[in-house]
Amino acid sequence: MRLPTQWLGVAPFFIFAIMFLILPTLYLMLGAFQNDAGEFTIENIVALAQPSIVAAYWISIKVSLASSLIGAFAGLAIAIAIVRGGLPDWIRSATLTFSGVASNFAGVPLAFAFLATLGRLGLATVILNTLFGLNIYAHGFNILSFWGLTLTYVYFQIPLMVVIIVPAIDGLKKEWGEAAATLGATMSQYWRMVVIPVIWPSFLGTVILLFANAFGAIATAYALTGSSLNIVPILLYAQIRGDVLHNAHLGYAIAFGMILITGLANVFYIWFRTRSERWLK
Amino acid sequence: MKAGRFWAWVVFALGAAYFFIPLIATVEFSMRMRRGVYSFDAYKVVLGDERFQATFGYSVLAAVFTIILGVLIVVPAAYWIRLRLPQLRPIVEFITLLPLVIPAIVIVFGYIRMYGSNSPLPFLASDTGTNALLVIGYATLALPYMYRAVDTGLRTIDVRTLTEAAQILGAGWGTIITRVILPNVLIAVLSGAFLTFAIVIGEFTMASLLNRPAFGPYLQNIGANRAYEPAALAIIAFAITWGCMSLIQILSRFAPRSANRPN
Repeated sequence: MRLPTQWLGVAPFFIFAIMFLILPTLYLMLGAFQNDAGEFTIENIVALAQPSIVAAYWISIKVSLASSLIGAFAGLAIAIAIVRGGLPDWIRSATLTFSGVASNFAGVPLAFAFLATLGRLGLATVILNTLFGLNIYAHGFNILSFWGLTLTYVYFQIPLMVVIIVPAIDGLKKEWGEAAATLGATMSQYWRMVVIPVIWPSFLGTVILLFANAFGAIATAYALTGSSLNIVPILLYAQIRGDVLHNAHLGYAIAFGMILITGLANVFYIWFRTRSERWLK
Repeated sequence: MKAGRFWAWVVFALGAAYFFIPLIATVEFSMRMRRGVYSFDAYKVVLGDERFQATFGYSVLAAVFTIILGVLIVVPAAYWIRLRLPQLRPIVEFITLLPLVIPAIVIVFGYIRMYGSNSPLPFLASDTGTNALLVIGYATLALPYMYRAVDTGLRTIDVRTLTEAAQILGAGWGTIITRVILPNVLIAVLSGAFLTFAIVIGEFTMASLLNRPAFGPYLQNIGANRAYEPAALAIIAFAITWGCMSLIQILSRFAPRSANRPN
């Protein structure tokens, strides 16, 4: 009597996951290796090498990499400042609360906020121009560009880094600092030989998480730039809506490429996380 | 240490500037609608727009169904894994992480191809089916957060003792889950629910590709066609996100610290 009940309890979860997560993904991955007649082929994958698709992957990777690295280092600096910088306690809790909000403030509204800030009529653009005579648009800046998008993505990347890395910095035991000091280590030696090696794996792991986070995102970019910046998710979006590439299976191949990249990123993430957990028990 | 504190303030000030300037700019921009003076006209226009009310209502409803579906799937699974099937834990944790690996656009692309009008399970053949598919898609997006929240909640209660006590008193499995376990992890479930709400309410990709009249596609449409209303909508969306996160923080104060006894 017992065995069926407990399997009944987990059955909805597994049925749901298989039907709406695993099978649809497998369907696309298999479709990437089939032609219209359903025969096995690698033509679709080979066809990804056309310049427009390669360019889309490349700009996606660049934006994701730039925003995750900037977000990671800025987030780490802020985390160290609020945990170890001797700032008042309320700053720490206020920063953490705000980070929780800002890391979830993404998508279309985020694009609106940055258009209102750094668009042609945005407040920052206007103030820089009237107060400092600096016309950023005349100097080649455009919110609808690589740097514009990267700067916008950083708005949710930094807080995500702060939320994840603060517990890791908290996990640095006081005794390690004391032990290092007893052994005559200088502050820089303590940071170089204790702190950085301990934080490093969770830091790298989080960078990868931020990368995957940016790589799959579409709403912010679409609302910000329309289709003027051709990142992979926007290309796939256009392909799903209207078969702009005139080959249904090429869409599958693009999706396959995206899964491959975020999947690889996450394999590294898990690997780094298991390494970091060794220290932060 | 003095120099350290100085740099900490500098870092904090730079960060605060980066995060507050866009918010201030957006508020300022949203109030520029009437020429020459600041006004709340953009907010009035937005809130009075029928499409705003309709799409927002639609997304709230979708979020509510998503939360219900999420709870129905996650709570029993997390409960039995804690109680009887710990060997399944790594598999389930891996599955709940998948939505972070597979981009939403890929998941919904899979749905469109697999559940089209000509497929054995033609979700997309009817409006109701498509709505259901959107809720299902949202539930997958929320899966990592919902599972983590519920699992954390279960960790703080003694699942085994509660279950055995209920069984001795003659409770069946339905009663145990709905009247013993669920009330005990209610705060955790609610945290997961508010996070789900924050994620779902302005979601664009899935709603747009399934052609649903949701809030996210409406936002995008306004952004492409209006000047000041988008800024007002951004502030409204920020306020909603803020509200959800505050509720989670308030709830966490009521959560039991940890009552788990070793077996």
